[in-house]
Amino acid sequence: MTTTSTTEMPTAGYGAAFLRALKSFALLRESWVGMIGSFLVLFWVLVAILAPLLAPFDPNSSIQPFAKPGMAAAKGGVFWLGTDHIGRDILSRIIWGSRTVLIYAPLATLSAYTLGILMGLAAGYRGGWVDDVLSRIADIILSFPVLVLYIIIIATIGASGINIIIAITFASSPGIMRIVRGLVLDLKNRDYVAAAQTRGESDWRVMLVEILPNARGPLIVDACLRLGYVIITIGVLGFLGLGLPPPDPDWGGMVNETRQMAMAFPHMTLFPCIAISSLILGFNLLADGLREISLRD
Amino acid sequence: MNDNQEPILVCKDLCISYYTRAGEIPAVVDFSLTVKPGETIGIVGESGCGKSTVAMAIMQYMGANGGIKSGSITFKGRDLTQLSENELRHIRGSEIAMIYQEPFASLNPSLKISTQLMEVPLAHENISQEEARQRAEQLLADVKLPDPKRMMDSYPHQLSGGQQQRVVIAMGLLSNPSLLLLDEPTTALDVTVEAGIVKLVADISKKFGTSQIYISHNLGLILETCDRVFVMYSGEVVEEGTINSLFTWPKHPYTHGLFACIPLPTADKNAAPLKPIRGQLPLPFDRPQGCYYHPRCDHFKPGLCDVEHFKMEHVEDSAADHRVRCLRYKEIDHHIEAVDIEVKEALQLGKRVLNVDGMKKYYEVRDSSLKALFSGKRKRYVKANEELNFTAKEGETVAIVGESGCGKSTFAKVLMGLEQGTEGEVRHKGKDISEIAVRDRSAKQISSLQMVFQNPFDTLNPSHSIGGQISRVIRKFGVETDKKKIFDRVMKLLDTVKLPRDFYFRKPRQLSGGQKQRVGIARAFAGNPSMVIADEPVSALDVSVAAAVTELLMDIQRKHKTTLLFISHDLSVVRYLSDRIVVMYLGHILERGTTEEVFAPPYHPYTEALLSAVPIADPEVTKREIVLEGNLPSAMKPPKGCPFCTRCHRRIGDICDNEIPPEQVVADRHVIKCHIPLDVLKKVAPVIHVPDESERLHATQ
Repeated sequence: MTTTSTTEMPTAGYGAAFLRALKSFALLRESWVGMIGSFLVLFWVLVAILAPLLAPFDPNSSIQPFAKPGMAAAKGGVFWLGTDHIGRDILSRIIWGSRTVLIYAPLATLSAYTLGILMGLAAGYRGGWVDDVLSRIADIILSFPVLVLYIIIIATIGASGINIIIAITFASSPGIMRIVRGLVLDLKNRDYVAAAQTRGESDWRVMLVEILPNARGPLIVDACLRLGYVIITIGVLGFLGLGLPPPDPDWGGMVNETRQMAMAFPHMTLFPCIAISSLILGFNLLADGLREISLRD
Repeated sequence: MNDNQEPILVCKDLCISYYTRAGEIPAVVDFSLTVKPGETIGIVGESGCGKSTVAMAIMQYMGANGGIKSGSITFKGRDLTQLSENELRHIRGSEIAMIYQEPFASLNPSLKISTQLMEVPLAHENISQEEARQRAEQLLADVKLPDPKRMMDSYPHQLSGGQQQRVVIAMGLLSNPSLLLLDEPTTALDVTVEAGIVKLVADISKKFGTSQIYISHNLGLILETCDRVFVMYSGEVVEEGTINSLFTWPKHPYTHGLFACIPLPTADKNAAPLKPIRGQLPLPFDRPQGCYYHPRCDHFKPGLCDVEHFKMEHVEDSAADHRVRCLRYKEIDHHIEAVDIEVKEALQLGKRVLNVDGMKKYYEVRDSSLKALFSGKRKRYVKANEELNFTAKEGETVAIVGESGCGKSTFAKVLMGLEQGTEGEVRHKGKDISEIAVRDRSAKQISSLQMVFQNPFDTLNPSHSIGGQISRVIRKFGVETDKKKIFDRVMKLLDTVKLPRDFYFRKPRQLSGGQKQRVGIARAFAGNPSMVIADEPVSALDVSVAAAVTELLMDIQRKHKTTLLFISHDLSVVRYLSDRIVVMYLGHILERGTTEEVFAPPYHPYTEALLSAVPIADPEVTKREIVLEGNLPSAMKPPKGCPFCTRCHRRIGDICDNEIPPEQVVADRHVIKCHIPLDVLKKVAPVIHVPDESERLHATQ
């Protein structure tokens, strides 16, 4: 030993990990696309959190039907975005509706990712018949038009929050599995994987600790994009009447309920549509920004 | 060569910079070079020294962020830096051609060889298709490719790596350029194939009168191909001269350091170990004041070397074009220094730890083609290892030598338990482990058998910290269980591999290649292994770094009395560090014995060819030239008899084709697998002749 021990033992891991995450987020500042994206997403997250404080009216009570945007309410207050055909305040419904989207979309994505990653790891790493079986199952699911799949699932098990998550997980995990499998096929031939195998690590440890962290770059970008698609999906399901059961506010449902009056009262459909698009745009721009940064490194 | 002729190319005071987000990075500073017609210039240096940048600058192909800051490149009287893109296009490919490192990346996989070759004269000259085809075919014959007609109609993937590189060279020569740039043309090839290409390159200037610039990191190759050599360090030339003057009397401490890093036949791991250059190449934007080499130089004099940047100077009493960039070259006597080498103790060998007995490894390949269905031969076998027999003792270094595809890595996999042997036994400490997969082995068995991997950029997991990766090994093997003790042990290991202790927290991407390989070694030794398999641990590293890592590996081996199984294709490294050598070819062991036995007659003909193929960076060492014809046969369809019969230069007849040769015992543990009688093999003259110290030129100076 030549040097004196100046190096301290590592102490708390989580604080450091949090700082690192913050640092990598700070990198986003270098990409203006990513900045706009994260601004949009952050805006809607704040709206969802502060919904009780921001919403001027109760989203489900019928106050004054067919009010135009900016009209003053009889009992005080202003309908900034107008009301719908049964008199519910659109602004309040959009604000409360953001909660629905921002709870169910990430949950559904997370659950699709968990299943997709596990299947992809097993198929890519194990290969052989495991790969054959999982890949064929994925092929079958992917061969259905997605919308048909949703309708069949929801129609069978009924419309509810949990069932939306189940339907989305079922329909999108095969796609995720394909991505993960491809990444694993490349990563499993690296020497560090061989090093882990030669010290007798279990298969799951090799997959989860040695391989998965190195696939995170493309997966994070894909997750951001997919989150946007899931928001569309939740909107579409709401529009088709397969979303959350009424009267809870749901952006897709709002468009569906008022679409027949869209020509006469455009504000009833326009504003929920803008809400949906801005959030999706936010996630897409964020994904672009993340990709830009990951390519630069 | 004619000294009176006008030079083809003159680079004068060339400064090249790259412009990045971090600012300007000077890649090459103050570079001057003159190439005469028919001359071959060698540029040698470690990675990052700017040698490829020079080649790119001559091609005027710098990329968007590179630019020539000052100086001129004059090619046949025209300044290339002043030409327009259109004028340059006429010069590139027709008057200056370039050959890159990887032949498979230089050829378009979806076009036939004929299309790609004929394109060159068709683009630059006004000739007919028929004429172009004839020219292309003629050149394929000139670069010694068998059956040029068939080659013309092949696609790149149908040719071997060596053949592809010959095609690329032919393509470069097609328009009869006056200057050919070769950027490490043989680095991606096997030694015996490399020997053929090197011979071809050396013949080009004689045959076509083409001037060449040959870029390489290997001093031995430069010696075999070039007339003059430039040694580059950190963006500048530190020494230039004719092959003879520079190799016999190197003046710059860096040139000298390079020679001390390569295992020449005179080096010995105990009596005359390699002397790695300490420190690291400075980053281009972080170069020191004065001489760029001074922080690593043993002859550094404060107040002289670190003051101002200085110019090249002609070496007194040497050839006219021997120049050096050193203020103290006259005062330094490298002889005195050479005596001052620490002598290391030879390791006492213990009892046998590894016993490989008739080990076979076949891979089953299912053929589902219609033809196979009809003939009934649904299953075929790739015979990766065929009847391996050898032993290793405690503290011994056994080298397994062979070209790619000879089955050496397959054997390592069986040994590590990643694959199971098909037949035979591999006994480690008396227990047969060939059929036990790694997960069924006990922690003790696993920890006593560890591996150092080849690719430093791949050996560490980029997602985890260095400390985390080493401590995982310690925890997994149960060497220590207490958190504090594990940490202390990692610190000790980092000390052993001579890395700073705060590397514990670093991620692999913050480390250089040599540092990563040190961590790889620390990881392999973390569980106190009795045997370590090193799979080409230094082949991807620069010479000075490789020397340091090699020495480190052997120091740790001495301390722990570890058996080292060293897998390599480089016979000069193997000769330097191993006690015993196993020569493999196509899954067979063709010869095995101590290093002295293998390097002296009687040889197996393949060993003989391998020895001849190794480039040696010493102009006074003479070699007998044996260039192997043909390619390595496929392991799916090996020859029926001797595996080497298709390429052997000493074939004695049909017996070679039809019968597997017997193992002839020359001495205890020295075995040659060949049909040729031992008496005949014993009469073969040695391939390498190393002159005695008294016969040497520089001894008399």
